[in-house]
Amino acid sequence: MFPLGIEPYIIGGVLVGIGVSLIYIATGLHATQSSFFTTTLSWFSKRKHFQKESNIEERNWRLFLAVGIIIGALAYTLTLSPTGFWITSVQIWRLALGGLLVGFGTRLSQGCTSGHGISGLASLSTTSLYAIIVFMGVAIVTANIVQLLGVFP
Amino acid sequence: MNKQNIIVLVGGIFFGFGLAYSGMTRQEIVLSFLQLKDLGLIFVMGGAAAVTFFAVNVVPRYLKTPLLGGKFKPRRAPLSRNVVIGAIIFGVGWGLSGQCPGSAVASLGTGNLYVLVGLAAMFIGAYLRGLLEK
Repeated sequence: MFPLGIEPYIIGGVLVGIGVSLIYIATGLHATQSSFFTTTLSWFSKRKHFQKESNIEERNWRLFLAVGIIIGALAYTLTLSPTGFWITSVQIWRLALGGLLVGFGTRLSQGCTSGHGISGLASLSTTSLYAIIVFMGVAIVTANIVQLLGVFP
Repeated sequence: MNKQNIIVLVGGIFFGFGLAYSGMTRQEIVLSFLQLKDLGLIFVMGGAAAVTFFAVNVVPRYLKTPLLGGKFKPRRAPLSRNVVIGAIIFGVGWGLSGQCPGSAVASLGTGNLYVLVGLAAMFIGAYLRGLLEK
């Protein structure tokens, strides 16, 4: 069940929670990730969907959040990481097709693993609870089908 | 840079450090959770949600407003068909690639440049979602 132990998962999760909490306590903002795509697209697309007032208001801080996340992961890689820089062996077509579905699906669902999974769950949102059950269930089924089809890595 | 953006940047650094520390920046580890070989991801989501639970539900009892002003507002939204259909589509993409938005952004910081392909695809997916609306 836990071939790598549970400490890295708990410590990592608590650190993520500290980051999200710090932002919420200081600003009242929910540090969720998938809206970043929509708010960033507001710089490039004139469509009404992207030009909503809330997208324009949020696009700056959401960019800072993304940059912070990259810096944090880089800091870990340069300090505590036992392996340092690293490249995935998962095939590119899986990253591309999966990414397309993740981008479309999270925006349609208005949340992802951070929006529904952390902020929504912490806010005791039943909508987010249902969303988590659905996306996690579907992802488990998908990952197992892909594995059964012999797709590796 | 205003105070809000500085705080968001610092919070983001904790967020990204934690994601990398927990291994969520590695698509292989996320996939091994989804294949039910390593259930650690539950502790990442649970640990993060538990800490955030205090920020969202307990801190506002003692603080009237956020430290930099604004309003405390729990993240709740009505359940709709789109929430469920979107979650299904997201689930297929997550199960296929082991990427979700936050972990993909963080993965860049670990040197995993292939994830740029996944992130570009996420932008295209988010754009296509925008095309659905008139």
